[in-house]
Amino acid sequence: MSYKKNEDLDSGPGGAVMDKMTVFQDCIAGFNASPIQPRKCRVLLTKLTYLLSTGDTFARDESTRLFFSITKLFQHKDIALRQMVYLVIKELATSADDVIMVTSSIMKDTTVGSDVVYRPNAIRTLARIIDASTIQAIERLIKTAIVDKHPIVSSAALISSYHLLPVSREVVRRWANETQDTVLAQKPFPQAAYGGTASGLGIGPAGPASSFMTQYHALGLLYQLRSHDRMALIKMIQQLANAGSAMKSPAAIVMLIRFVARAIDEDRNMRRPLYTLLEGWLKHKSDMVNFEAAKTILEMRDSTDAEASPAINVLQLFLSSPRFVSRFAAIRILNRFAMIRPQNVNVCNIDIEALINDPNRSIATYAITTLLKTGNEASVDRLMKQITGFMNDISDEFKIIVVDAIRSLCLKFPSKQASMLSFLSGVLRDEGGYEFKRAVIEAMFDLIKFVPDSKEEALSYLCEFIEDCEFTKLAVRILHLLGEEGPSTAHPTKYIRYIYNRVVLENAIVRAAAVTALSKFSLIDDASVQESVKVLLTRCLDDPDDEVRDRAAMALRLSATEKPIAKEYLAPESVPSLGALEQQLILYVTGGPDAASVAFDISSVPFISKDQAVADQFRAKTMATLPILGGTAIDSGSGAGSGGVSPSKTPALGEDYAQKYAASLAKIPELQAFGALIRSSRPVPLTESETEYVITGIKHLYKEHLVLQFDVQNTLPDTVLEDVSVIANPSTADDGTEPYVEEFIIAIPRLTQESTGTIYVAFTRPSGEEHAYTGGVFSNTLRFTSKEIDPNTGEPEEEGYEDEYQVEDIEIGVADFLVPTYVGNFQHMWDQLSFETSETYSLAGVGSLSEACSSVIDSLSMQPLEGSETPLQNATHVLKLFARTLQGGKVVALVRMAYSAKTGVTLKISVRAEDERVAQMVVGGIA
Amino acid sequence: MGQVLGRVLSKLWGGDKEIRILILGLDGAGKTTILYRLQIGEVITTVPTIGFNVETLTYKNLKFNVWDLGGQTSIRPYWRCYYANTAAVIFVVDATDRDRINTCKEELKEMLNEEELADSALLVFANKQDQPGAMTAPEVSQTLGLVGMKDRSWSIVACSAIKGEGLTEGLDWLVEVIKEEQL
Repeated sequence: MSYKKNEDLDSGPGGAVMDKMTVFQDCIAGFNASPIQPRKCRVLLTKLTYLLSTGDTFARDESTRLFFSITKLFQHKDIALRQMVYLVIKELATSADDVIMVTSSIMKDTTVGSDVVYRPNAIRTLARIIDASTIQAIERLIKTAIVDKHPIVSSAALISSYHLLPVSREVVRRWANETQDTVLAQKPFPQAAYGGTASGLGIGPAGPASSFMTQYHALGLLYQLRSHDRMALIKMIQQLANAGSAMKSPAAIVMLIRFVARAIDEDRNMRRPLYTLLEGWLKHKSDMVNFEAAKTILEMRDSTDAEASPAINVLQLFLSSPRFVSRFAAIRILNRFAMIRPQNVNVCNIDIEALINDPNRSIATYAITTLLKTGNEASVDRLMKQITGFMNDISDEFKIIVVDAIRSLCLKFPSKQASMLSFLSGVLRDEGGYEFKRAVIEAMFDLIKFVPDSKEEALSYLCEFIEDCEFTKLAVRILHLLGEEGPSTAHPTKYIRYIYNRVVLENAIVRAAAVTALSKFSLIDDASVQESVKVLLTRCLDDPDDEVRDRAAMALRLSATEKPIAKEYLAPESVPSLGALEQQLILYVTGGPDAASVAFDISSVPFISKDQAVADQFRAKTMATLPILGGTAIDSGSGAGSGGVSPSKTPALGEDYAQKYAASLAKIPELQAFGALIRSSRPVPLTESETEYVITGIKHLYKEHLVLQFDVQNTLPDTVLEDVSVIANPSTADDGTEPYVEEFIIAIPRLTQESTGTIYVAFTRPSGEEHAYTGGVFSNTLRFTSKEIDPNTGEPEEEGYEDEYQVEDIEIGVADFLVPTYVGNFQHMWDQLSFETSETYSLAGVGSLSEACSSVIDSLSMQPLEGSETPLQNATHVLKLFARTLQGGKVVALVRMAYSAKTGVTLKISVRAEDERVAQMVVGGIA
Repeated sequence: MGQVLGRVLSKLWGGDKEIRILILGLDGAGKTTILYRLQIGEVITTVPTIGFNVETLTYKNLKFNVWDLGGQTSIRPYWRCYYANTAAVIFVVDATDRDRINTCKEELKEMLNEEELADSALLVFANKQDQPGAMTAPEVSQTLGLVGMKDRSWSIVACSAIKGEGLTEGLDWLVEVIKEEQL
């Protein structure tokens, strides 16, 4: 504890340290004494609070004894004592029994006309001790307190109501009218009574008199009461937003803006009128309201340039504010926006550049990273110089931000790799902790993987780094990379020296990694290199460490064998999918003695090629560089607003879903005959989320079969469903045949109230080469027998009635047959493939190029390349896509698009594939 | 001069010591009404007491700490938490409630058996005399079995809290007993 200790508290009369049991005994004795000594009791209560708030707890019976002795203090009228009593009762309310005993006494302190200063304390305590059976008794009291003219009393009642929501939502809901009145009632703080202490409370330079915090509290409660009813919520927002100057509290307006953000997110139709409100708040006289409004506008899903620009202008003004906090807030919001739409932030570049030399390093760092995003290729070099100038002055945490910005810049401007590489190698030599070094190393790894031109130079920087690297983990990773990349470079021998140095100088873990790396060089087609690697490996046989010796012996043995065999073990082309491997191993380990009796079957784990692994990483990297937006979600419980608001969100990660479901599907005997699961779609909701039966659908593709999985949730509290099945009718093809033939349905025999079950419907996929990509639409009907539960017995009634429930269709389309895949060189791939088809489409309803991009990526399930998922201009854009079919065939697509406000987006898609049908299917997939 | 004398007298009667009095009885007997009738001299509207009310009142130069504990079945078990150092118990009976007079008797008996109350005086109020058909004080005393009680000072007074009748008589008796015991 660094703050000044209270002598009264920490040491008793003899200077003894405060002991829990001593305090307990003193309290029992002190509170039961007669007459009561208020000062002494206050000190005792303070000690108790201290203990409780520093983590000490009392057993239930001790708590209860304490509580009952504290109730005896109600006989004394001392104000300060009573306030302490309330504080402690609030603390004890959860741990003591029978706290209900103080209800009457508290109610007396809270009643109307009771003008005591501890009335708010009493109200707040009341909320803690009340339960569902007694809440009725305090209803009138809380209602009157809510509309009390004193802001502190009103706030206490509002906050208490908030806490009472979980106790009885029904009762609290009846206070909505009082709450509503309070939102707009202006309750000035009575200066005369409390003015003297206001400055000490730290509420702000103007004191509580002008904060109007009651509005904030009332609005928060009102939202909770209305949150189930979207229409009422919208009405509330509009009413309050138009109340003009009646909304005094900036905090309340900020909260209102957050509600607006949510409403926009949930209801597209409300977007326009609500945007107008946000725009109005940009001109509000309070800074924080301006910031919140600007932030919300910029975080709005696909805001247009016209919408974003007023917000950016407001933030631009704040960039030259004399206050640190304003500059910081402005640059931070702009920085986030620049990550997605750098071109819109360009206008602020001059102001941002002025911030590079800001005395506050946090502001400067944000300024730099923003400029790195918004800057064009030409300005990058200049910026790099400036960053180098102050890298030494900032903390590791900010260095990492800078390095990350540069990493994503590398991927964006591959031509600038030389200057960035020299920057990275420069900072690598600087002092720094593990996290920082790791960020730099990863940035260089990315360069090596995704910007082939930089490979040689980056590798040699890394070689230099491991010569003097204090982090074993990093050294091991670099050695592994040298082993992977080194043999294919022009002068592999150069790396052998660096690697062997490690064998001589490092600890066992690094030596073992070095031996493995070294062994990969023995595959080079050069007898002299092979010979020298052999010599070096032979030396390693004398290593003091087992693992190092074992690896060396194994490598020597393998290098003496036939080349293909050696290659398979030393540098395999494909590796097991690590996620799947882990999952299978867990199943194996937890499988009990039966599973352990047979050896683990590695063939059950899907292997992925190196290309595939690189693609996954690339996707993860580009995703990670985007900030998580939509942070306006008020409570974390609803994930609706958070997550991928960014327009370039990458769609369906097919293989990840397959991994997720493979295990549960494999357990169903009927499905085992279908063979391995090729692909699973992400779950799609087939009903609204607040209906009686909530259903989500998932598509599973097998080699010759299709399985539709329906997760059905029965949300009714008083009904049991029996024989629940889904009738999925496949559409007929143009020639009248039904390509998909139903095989069987696995129904749910009984779905109890408020539970979830799963139905599987299996189909045979169209056979033959020419039908491999035939899609289809399935219209789905939920069919079940519904039985009500007798409230008396809790048993379902004998007789039920059959019912049907129509849900949304499931479509099998192009996206289900394609797996997004990464390739380094788009042009090369394009030139390689021969069958080309193209088509022109006009998308009338689409409002921007980025929206068009994400919808194309989404509907085709292809991997965007070269950062083309983010349009840089507003009028035209070229999107480059690549994917593999389920059979492994390559597909590339080039989408040229143009936007005009009048006609929307017009796009021309050209697809090249190994097979004409595939090309046509992909072209048709946009429609 | 008078003040000085008062202080001397109060010293004699045990200094500033507060005298603890409990008001007990079944729910709806009129305990809370009696408490506030005594303290502020008015009839207030009451709600069933969840827990207790505590007030300080000064009567004939004595300072009383009066605890009115709720009479509902769920709250009766907690009465005992407040028995310690009690000078006197005022037990209020609803004289019109013949159906529950036996419950009254049980509760009273159980309470008087408590060790901590062995030295406390007992004042019984036969309340609600303003209502027709109310039992008289001797009737109540008979039914509750007070008559044979020898081991403590007790008294029974018929009263009406609403009209304010009988309360001062009861309190006068209490003051006498307490002064006697303390001198």
